[in-house]
Amino acid sequence: MNVFDIIGPIMIGPSSSHTAGAVRLGRVANKVMNNEKPVEVKIELSGSFAHTYKGHGTDRALMAGIMGYHSYSEEIRDALQIAKDRGIHYEFIPTDIPGAHPNTARMHIKGEHGTTCVVEGASIGGGNIRVDYLNGMRVDFTGERNTILVMHYDKPGLIAAVTNLMAEKYRDVNIGNFRLSRPVKGGEAVMTIEIDGMPPKGMIEDMRQIKDVTNVILIRAI
Amino acid sequence: MLTYQSIAELIEAAEKEGEKLSRLVLRDQAEQMELSEEELYKRMEESFDVMCEAVRKGQDKNQRSTSGLTGGEGYKMKRYSEETDGGLSGSFMTRAMSRALAVSGCNASMGRIVATPTAGSCGIMPGCLVSLYEDRGFSKKEIVMSMFTAAAFGMVIAHRACIAGAQGGCQAECGSASGMVAASMVELSGGTPKQCADACAIAIGNQLGLVCDPVAGLVEIPCIKRNVSGIMIAFSAADMALSGIASEIPVDECIDSMGEVGRSLPASLRETALGGLASTPTGIRLKEQVFGKQEAGN
Repeated sequence: MNVFDIIGPIMIGPSSSHTAGAVRLGRVANKVMNNEKPVEVKIELSGSFAHTYKGHGTDRALMAGIMGYHSYSEEIRDALQIAKDRGIHYEFIPTDIPGAHPNTARMHIKGEHGTTCVVEGASIGGGNIRVDYLNGMRVDFTGERNTILVMHYDKPGLIAAVTNLMAEKYRDVNIGNFRLSRPVKGGEAVMTIEIDGMPPKGMIEDMRQIKDVTNVILIRAI
Repeated sequence: MLTYQSIAELIEAAEKEGEKLSRLVLRDQAEQMELSEEELYKRMEESFDVMCEAVRKGQDKNQRSTSGLTGGEGYKMKRYSEETDGGLSGSFMTRAMSRALAVSGCNASMGRIVATPTAGSCGIMPGCLVSLYEDRGFSKKEIVMSMFTAAAFGMVIAHRACIAGAQGGCQAECGSASGMVAASMVELSGGTPKQCADACAIAIGNQLGLVCDPVAGLVEIPCIKRNVSGIMIAFSAADMALSGIASEIPVDECIDSMGEVGRSLPASLRETALGGLASTPTGIRLKEQVFGKQEAGN
């Protein structure tokens, strides 16, 4: 903890969990889409989110995050109008996701070139988030540390390729947590790598060059 | 390096080095975060700028919350202060009240604020510090530095007790904010580190037990007005400490007590909107007004 955890964050109100955390969840989806413009957004809201999303502006916050805005961007207030102006078709569906955290959103996004993604996560208080699933794969990271998501095809030697790159070329990087999620052998898989400090310049780009890696996403710590 | 586990530790270090708490904290944080003191100062200054801007925006005549339940409080209080030459509490205090209302209202209308320590209590620090800056002639540099003292007190509170309404009730949000800013105002006024601690202790003690009972779960009723109580308590606590009135209970014990009281509060009084003002007939009606009838009781 440091002084800016207490005096801060600078954010758009009214609630760190319903607004700031929601923007951050949306931003995860934005990063997964890798700059592809979303055209269709369907957001399932569970628990407290389902009941109170309008009064707290959670709907605007999630959309703002999906469009790449930050939790301090004043555009959040007008995010739904901005989405309409950009031709994004959106829908909010109050639902009940069994066993999910009370502030859970599941975002289904389709991009203009046909890319799709599903991000499910929760706003767990104070603007902190926990991302539970990415495209149906368990990821489970909080964003407290800088987190790298390596989307890839499940092939032998791929974990070694990624970690060797880090060990050999970027020696100062220390991995704090590592998780692999692979629902189907040989299919789409994701590595969740939490690191101490910021990734050095060039590392993310280098990771993207590894064969069978489809995308590498950096989720910065709060 | 400082551990921020107790305020006694901070006071002892400041007294030993004969330094202001804010100086000590800035130096320590720069070291811990591996950034320069200038960078940290700049970041804190940016927060203060956001506070000043939130005051201005929230005092707009047309300020309305997203839910429609509240709005215009900052404007009303400012106009009242001007028209009545300070009303009952005097010009300085009513202007400060207007600023606290304005920032809290800015938050409710999805404006930009600084969570201090949370969004629910975001009006308290600007209500106090922007007032000292604009109406009492303190320099921006002094004000921004004093925010490091406030932050250090907040870190100790977060370590020993909590700063979230869902955990400790409103005393953890508005109580913490008042205690933090009371300490910084004492330092600004030339008080000793021990007097900063006394002010924080008094402010927290005077909000002990305050529950978190937001109507419809929204950060509006009673939160916006509690930010005003928060500044009144902060100013009075700071003045008491500066006058030489000490807190009989040491500040770390007051903080521990706040944590203890928070743990003993039933869940209905910890931000769930199931008790207190939220569960009054009118509170329930207002909830239905915003979210529709089928949600009542949820």
